[in-house]
Amino acid sequence: MLIGLMARLLSAHKGSVVAIVVLQLVQATANLLLPTLNAAIIDDGIIAGDKGEILHLGGWMAGIAAVQVITAIAAGYLGAVVAMEIGGQLRQELFAKVQSFSSQEVGVFGAPSLVTRATNDVAQIQNLAILVFVMLIAAPAIFIGGIVLAVHQDVVLSWIVVVVIPVLTVIMTVIVRRLIPLYRQGQGLLDRIGRVLREQIIGANVIRGFVRQDHEIRRFDEANKELTRNNLQSALLVAAMMPMIMFVVNLSSVFVVWFGGHRIDAGEMRLGALTAFIAYILQILIAIMMAMYVFMTAPRAAACAERIREVLDTEPAIADPATPVGTVPAGPVHAGKPVPSGSTVEFRNVSFAYPGAEAPVLDGVSFTARTGTTTAIIGATGSGKTTLLNLLPRFLDATAGGISIGGHNVRAMPLEDLRDLIALVPQQSYLFTGTVAENLRVGSPAAAGPELWQALEAAQAADFVRALPLGLEAPVSQGGTNFSGGERQRLCIARALLKNAPVYLFDDSFSALDYGTDVRLRAAIEPLLRSATVLIVAERVSTIVDAGLILVLEDGHVVAQGTHSELMESSPSYQEIADSQLVLEETP
Amino acid sequence: MSRERAHRAGTTAGPGVPERIKWQTAARLLSLLLPLKWRMVGVIAATCAFVTLNVAAPKVLGDATDVVVQGFLGGSLDEQELAERLLAVSAMYVGASLFSWIQGSLTATAVQRLSYGLRGSVEQKLHVLPSSHFEEQRRGDVLSRATNDVDNISQALNQLLNQLIMSLLMLSAALAMMLWLSPLLALIAVLSVPVSTAITVLVARHSQAHFKEQWSSTGALTAQLEEFFTGHEVVKAFGRQEASAESFRGFNDKLTRSSTRAQYLSGIVQPLLMFVANLNYIAVAVVGALQVTAGAMTIGGLQAFFQFSRLFSQPVGQIGGMLNLMQSCLASAERVFELLDAPEIPPDSAVPAVSANGAGKLHRAGSPRKLHVLRKSSNGRKLRAPGTSRAPWNRGAVAGRVTFEDVSFSYTPGTPVVKDLSFTVDPGQTVAIVGHTGAGKTTVVNLLMRFYELDSGRILVDSTDIATIPRDELRSAFGTVLQDAWLFTGSIRENIEYGRPGATDADIVAAARASHVDQFVRSLPAGYATMLGNDGDSLSRGQRQLVSIARAQLAGRSILVLDEATSSVDSRTELQIRHAMERLREGHTSFVIAHRLSTVRDADLILVMDHGRIVEHGTHQQLMARRGLYKDLYEAQFAGREQVPAVQEAEQ
Ligand SMILES: Nc1ncnc2c1ncn2[C@@H]1O[C@H](COP(=O)(O)OP(=O)(O)OP(=O)(O)O)[C@@H](O)[C@H]1O
Ligand SMILES: Nc1ncnc2c1ncn2[C@@H]1O[C@H](COP(=O)(O)OP(=O)(O)OP(=O)(O)O)[C@@H](O)[C@H]1O
Ligand SMILES: [Mg+2]
Ligand SMILES: [Mg+2]
Repeated sequence: MLIGLMARLLSAHKGSVVAIVVLQLVQATANLLLPTLNAAIIDDGIIAGDKGEILHLGGWMAGIAAVQVITAIAAGYLGAVVAMEIGGQLRQELFAKVQSFSSQEVGVFGAPSLVTRATNDVAQIQNLAILVFVMLIAAPAIFIGGIVLAVHQDVVLSWIVVVVIPVLTVIMTVIVRRLIPLYRQGQGLLDRIGRVLREQIIGANVIRGFVRQDHEIRRFDEANKELTRNNLQSALLVAAMMPMIMFVVNLSSVFVVWFGGHRIDAGEMRLGALTAFIAYILQILIAIMMAMYVFMTAPRAAACAERIREVLDTEPAIADPATPVGTVPAGPVHAGKPVPSGSTVEFRNVSFAYPGAEAPVLDGVSFTARTGTTTAIIGATGSGKTTLLNLLPRFLDATAGGISIGGHNVRAMPLEDLRDLIALVPQQSYLFTGTVAENLRVGSPAAAGPELWQALEAAQAADFVRALPLGLEAPVSQGGTNFSGGERQRLCIARALLKNAPVYLFDDSFSALDYGTDVRLRAAIEPLLRSATVLIVAERVSTIVDAGLILVLEDGHVVAQGTHSELMESSPSYQEIADSQLVLEETP
Repeated sequence: MSRERAHRAGTTAGPGVPERIKWQTAARLLSLLLPLKWRMVGVIAATCAFVTLNVAAPKVLGDATDVVVQGFLGGSLDEQELAERLLAVSAMYVGASLFSWIQGSLTATAVQRLSYGLRGSVEQKLHVLPSSHFEEQRRGDVLSRATNDVDNISQALNQLLNQLIMSLLMLSAALAMMLWLSPLLALIAVLSVPVSTAITVLVARHSQAHFKEQWSSTGALTAQLEEFFTGHEVVKAFGRQEASAESFRGFNDKLTRSSTRAQYLSGIVQPLLMFVANLNYIAVAVVGALQVTAGAMTIGGLQAFFQFSRLFSQPVGQIGGMLNLMQSCLASAERVFELLDAPEIPPDSAVPAVSANGAGKLHRAGSPRKLHVLRKSSNGRKLRAPGTSRAPWNRGAVAGRVTFEDVSFSYTPGTPVVKDLSFTVDPGQTVAIVGHTGAGKTTVVNLLMRFYELDSGRILVDSTDIATIPRDELRSAFGTVLQDAWLFTGSIRENIEYGRPGATDADIVAAARASHVDQFVRSLPAGYATMLGNDGDSLSRGQRQLVSIARAQLAGRSILVLDEATSSVDSRTELQIRHAMERLREGHTSFVIAHRLSTVRDADLILVMDHGRIVEHGTHQQLMARRGLYKDLYEAQFAGREQVPAVQEAEQ
């Protein structure tokens, strides 16, 4: 998994990788040559007392050292570039993937985990890439060189090397095998840390209000302890691996002397070979140490690669159709242009169940919302109103039945085109960090100042925006927390109005408004939406009395539909709702 | 879209005196190891033992080789002798590995303790940060500090502690040996040290800025991702994927660029130092050869000297490399400390005998770690002015008289949100706050619960100025349903229980039933054990409000605050829980904020707010008689039914 991922990412940097390999090999060769020259200076220069030779060899040494430093720096530069580029690319891929996800997939992973994967997990892979470039290329060269030279010196003694390698492999495999699940778990625990902290930030007022800091500290401490325990376990394993390997390699030099001594004694080996052999064993040790460094990082990166692949390999349940219809019924309509009459929304026998839930949330819902009319949806809390609206822009896909806009099945349209047709005011008012203007321009990126004010005016938000010291440039905190509930809601409405789409969805969008503002707002937006298909979810009967069609939703069924007056006659459920509001409003 | 703000958030200490800050950060990080000093002593001792054995073992192995040589020359191998020597070597290697293992394990535990403490103090800090902090800083950045930065510190520190000490020991040992062998050559060898240091410092100074940027862009990127992933539906609904991808790319490129530079610069040090060492080696060879020729030194001595100069230059290179690792570590540490040093909410001004306030808890909960070490200024919370006199505050028996006296407040200086607010609520009364959206109703609640501090005036609860009551004690008197119904990851049961930990199942079900939660929970396959994840989004918004009401209901506190508690609950359900709500309010002072004026009609006192002032107050009848804002608001409610068509006609 890790290797596959790395291979794929590196294939885009073939040239650089080849260059790194060549540079590192030159660097490693220079590195191997330098000690030889050292020895030559001593043997041929100093012992022989040949000053000229010393200077000559010294010159060579300086030259090779210069080559070495240049190649090492060049390799380091390329390595850094490639490693960070693949990290950047991975983050990019993850981001793009999550953008293609539907709410369901985002929900499965959870925002905090996706964030960790795109930052911390990617960083681990970067770290590994760097080590591979710096160490893993040189290490095999030194390792193989050491072995070849050792075998060359004495074949029989080389058996020790042959025995040592499997022993080392076994030690490494055993430890690495244990490390990978630990690291996998560790990254998961890091997710949890992020999740708890994020909740503590968002829910700060609830925590403080109920004075549960103690509880939260404990809750975090649990997660923190578990993460620490996990990290400690892996750190201890790594701490044990190093000495073990060192011991095995060191011990092999002891065996070399023992068996070598006997072979020399028996006259089967030259004396000089022994010292040389020990030197090569040392060479091999260095290579192994370098590789070890990589192998200590690799398990964590492997666990991270797995987690990244998990995201990248998830296919969004909701995606563009394989063969999209040629033309979209009505492209985004802009003010002034005639509105094509093709934005009628039709639900035919639509059912929906959340995955894992027993009962469907929506069951056999059918209705037609015509262009230029307002269709209201009313029903008890949890009756499925938001779910119903979410089916239209395909945040969710109906489990049965069909939904069409302007006669085109929503599933046959490319997602982007479909969503272009829809302007949504979600039930949860969500604003982004930035300024008021930036948030409004989410609805229409090119909108100029006057257009923004127009939308604000209609959404009854112009007054308070004007009152802000910075007006349209006033800062907005994450989520919009520096605005009152009703202000936030109105900004979301203004944002949607700016989009100027043929279909409007208002999900309980007037709930935080006082009745006066509510009335004014609806009066102001009515002319703007006259040509659009409007779906409104509302709790207040007063909001929807004049809707062309009212759907009464109960436990996922449309139990009645009609106009206010029709329903007042025919639908007991609707009467009950209306009555309850009268009761609420009129009796003390 | 949020680039500017992120930039603002990302900027750390100003451009001046970065060196000093760096050393301060380093000192502070080291001081965190202070409580672990015995462990560190152990690390050093084990390292010493390891280095000694590791250096001595080859020497003994050399002796063993000599035995072989002697055997070769003498004709027969002294097996006994050889075996003894080799056993000794083996024993030394066993010892070396053992000490190395001890050293590694001790380091690992020390580092993990430290990261545990750091994460813990970051989290505890969250509870004492003022609300405004999170309006200025994005969540993701804070998260990144607690995860990515602490993780980086711990990885870097692990390596540093493992190798720095060893390298330093090797260095000094080699230097000592060199001095002993030839002071002149040692001088030449040491000459390379200033050059190496200069190179290291020069590079480090450059790489530091890049490391800083690397970690601050990591924070910014995390913030960006967190925000987009949280609001991904809005992004998709408005087809803004391309725009958000664009802004993501900006951050991503910045991170990629800065980390490439940091990595490259820090990677440059070791090769450069190696080069210096090689040149130095040549110099030693030339001068050494002269010395030998002059008879000042033996060839054997020179050979040994060469070996030690290798031992000397190797750790110099390693230390150079590690210094750069340290830059990365310090950049992260600075970010963590910055968060830990962020201004806190002003400390509670008086300590009650049996304190149950947050500060006391912070210290208790942090049992294994020494909090005061982590926090630079642990002032306030411990040193609360003991002399502040205040009326006795008995939280168990809060009667619930609430008085606002000339209260003024502004979120941002210069734009007052609440102005000269004065009113009194008698115990057991229900007070309703009504007004247009943005009038300041929620703000009144925020002030009452001391989520924010007043600019002027005072608020009294039972004749005690709340500014003198420890916040947590004050808040323990309140049961609240805040305007944003927020639920935690956990089961529905846990979420209801949040109001009163340890409540019995019967109590929980009773509260759930009264607030109409039971009705929908029972239809869920897992019932009360149903897990809510992802900001509670597996419940509808109205359902979340109902759970919040159940939570407040179960809490059973003296003063009740309901801020738009049923705004998304349909009227039939609201009617059903109405009696429960009434019962809940009975005998408790209650603050009710609602747009549905019928909900507030039977309140004992209605405060009509407009632009931060109370413009009218009284009972429903009184206010209706006045024909002011209240009457307008009240009538707007009915206007809907009869007049909406009329309004539209007027528009046409
Ligand atoms: N954290 C904040 N920072 C800056 N300004 C704020 C903050 N919270 C609220 N405000 C401003 O203070 C004013 C009053 O806000 P508040 O939330 O008290 O209104 P409200 O009466 O509760 O309105 P609503 O009915 O919409 O909830 C608003 O203009 C709002 O923009
Ligand atoms: N992501 C989800 N997973 C599982 N069940 C869900 C999920 N979202 C909503 N539900 C359930 O589906 C039902 C319908 O929810 P929905 O949000 O559509 O209600 P609603 O009619 O909009 O209610 P409200 O008026 O409170 O907003 C509820 O019972 C809710 O608990
Ligand atoms: Mg809903
Ligand atoms: Mg409010």
